[in-house]
Amino acid sequence: MAVDAARGAGSLRGARLRISGIFWRRPWLKLLTLLALPVGAFVAVYAASLGAMLVSSFWTSDSFTAEIVHTWTLDQYRTIFDLGDPTYLRIAARTIGMAAAVTVTDAILAFPLAFFMAKVAGPRTRAFLFVLVLLPLWSSYLVRIYSWTTILSATGPLNWALNGLGLPDAQLAFTNTAMWIVFSYVWLPFMILPIYAALERIPGSLLEASSDLGARGARTFRSVVVPLALPGVAAGSIFTFSLTLGDYITPLLVGGPGSSLIGNIVSEQSASNLTFAAAYAMVPVAVMAIYIALAKRLGAFEAL
Amino acid sequence: MRTRIRGWHVALVGLVVALAVPAAGVSEVTQVPTKIGPGEGALSVVEWGAYTDPSFAKKFEQQTGCKIKRKDAGSSNEMFNIIHGGGGGGGGQYDLVSASGDASLRLIYAGDVAPVNVRLIPSWKDFLPTFKSPPHNTVKGVHYGVSLQWGPNTLIYNTKKVKPAPRSWSAIYDPKYKGKITVPNNPIQIADAALYLMKTKRSLGIRDPYELTKTQFDAVVALLKQQKPLLKRYWLYPADNIKDYKTGDSIIGATWPYQTLQLQAAKVPVKEIIPKEGVTGWADTWMLTKRAPHPNCAYKWMAYAATPPVQAQQALVFGETPVNPKACPYMNRIQKGSCAGYHQNAPASYARSIRFWKTPIKTCGWGGRTDCMDQQAWNNAWASITG
Repeated sequence: MAVDAARGAGSLRGARLRISGIFWRRPWLKLLTLLALPVGAFVAVYAASLGAMLVSSFWTSDSFTAEIVHTWTLDQYRTIFDLGDPTYLRIAARTIGMAAAVTVTDAILAFPLAFFMAKVAGPRTRAFLFVLVLLPLWSSYLVRIYSWTTILSATGPLNWALNGLGLPDAQLAFTNTAMWIVFSYVWLPFMILPIYAALERIPGSLLEASSDLGARGARTFRSVVVPLALPGVAAGSIFTFSLTLGDYITPLLVGGPGSSLIGNIVSEQSASNLTFAAAYAMVPVAVMAIYIALAKRLGAFEAL
Repeated sequence: MRTRIRGWHVALVGLVVALAVPAAGVSEVTQVPTKIGPGEGALSVVEWGAYTDPSFAKKFEQQTGCKIKRKDAGSSNEMFNIIHGGGGGGGGQYDLVSASGDASLRLIYAGDVAPVNVRLIPSWKDFLPTFKSPPHNTVKGVHYGVSLQWGPNTLIYNTKKVKPAPRSWSAIYDPKYKGKITVPNNPIQIADAALYLMKTKRSLGIRDPYELTKTQFDAVVALLKQQKPLLKRYWLYPADNIKDYKTGDSIIGATWPYQTLQLQAAKVPVKEIIPKEGVTGWADTWMLTKRAPHPNCAYKWMAYAATPPVQAQQALVFGETPVNPKACPYMNRIQKGSCAGYHQNAPASYARSIRFWKTPIKTCGWGGRTDCMDQQAWNNAWASITG
């Protein structure tokens, strides 16, 4: 630094010109310099940790000291795909099923609202609805999950309301149904926004053209709106699906006996049996890879 | 040119430091300190909630200048994960961990905790003999921590909903209470079922609920799998457990005295008992991590927590029993009759009758066998039961 200052302003400009000359002569170097930081971070932080996880999933842990034993083995995967004791297959199937159910539920709930916001509501109503959709994200998701445990509990507001209507108690607290409700609730905004973005891009003229050609509302919806909005649904489903796949707080707080998801097992085993946790964590990675390939076919990445 | 050389210097120094620091850590652990130096101004603990409750920790902070930073854990596995993860030995982040018996041996053998010089803990010589050098924190005569408090894992029930009052653990396996039973989400819960079978199904020949052969273990796991459809849930955090009795989601189950005290204070009609089969129990230890950044403050805290008035205060905040019998008069001063209430004045045989948590290992403590189910087997079985 001291050397730079001593050279003075003239030579500083010279250096700058020289550097820009180098970049002009070698455009690839310019691109590399610009991308070095994000790509470096991506490789070091993201790809490297995934790689480390993949590698350690082929090792084992000492059952007592939890030290990693560096011998190559498929033991961890054998435990997961053990047909004699399908505990981990069952939990994986439950997790994927839950993610699918939540995604479908959210798509059904989000579509009409997103359509109303994009095509029907005026600017003021639209802004108001936006605030409403985003409002839950302002508070901690833990708080929102805990409030659901209160709502669904044996003596909570839900049963109070049901009893007031002369209906029997709903035994929802600490069940997989409760988990499905809470997941659908917490991830809903992540479905609404991409669908809204996709619907908003459909020009009004297309809808008019459809009706000019004699199509009624239902036909226009089926043949024009849905195909054009599908990439938005696919994009939203990536969020809801992957967020459910990786969550372990919700099952912990609202789940009952037999509500463990992949994330719970990974979190429980992460220190005592790191290699198994790594192997089990590869399951959602593989599932997401397949899912994203499918979503790409539906054009999800054009709507993000 | 000069700047480049500087860069290399930095890299070289960095490399040397990176290589030297872990090495220094290893060479230090072989000896224990002979006196406590001046405090470092901070103390970072991994604890069961309220184990450094401000009601008694404030005074310590004022006296020593060691400001306490707390991280609460919900289970022994979580505690082990925090200390063992992040490079082990507390990751250079944490000084002390209030490990229960099912985590302490694991921490010792995994090399996460350092030997402790109990001569620096003046109250240690007053402890109940059972807790001076218990097998869950002392290995081959080397102390890896200072015993703290202990207590039973009890049966709790709602006195209005559960009639007649239960006397046996069989109540939490009874279809009569289907959907209203809660038990802890902790692999060591397997020992509770083992203790129940030890007393009710003698043909299995269980001698120690933590030392189970494959046949015995399978029978215990089968019982727990039968129990699962009867449960409301497996609870992880005491606060959730308390909530379930307040809302009525649970009316009977396995708990700790802490929850019972909190619920009774909130006027929820619950009672806890020690069933006729006996109980498992926990005995906690303050353990010093191998890479503790504030070892002097950690020693100061271990010494402070062992003194009779603090032992008494902590016992009554958490609902547990001090390892230091001199705490008895202080307990009675805070809450009349509490010393007897927590069996602090009971003969030593009472503490010995509780089956304290210990880490399951392959070597059975009986018959010279080495085919007992270890912690990993317990973890896997627990996943297959609850998942």
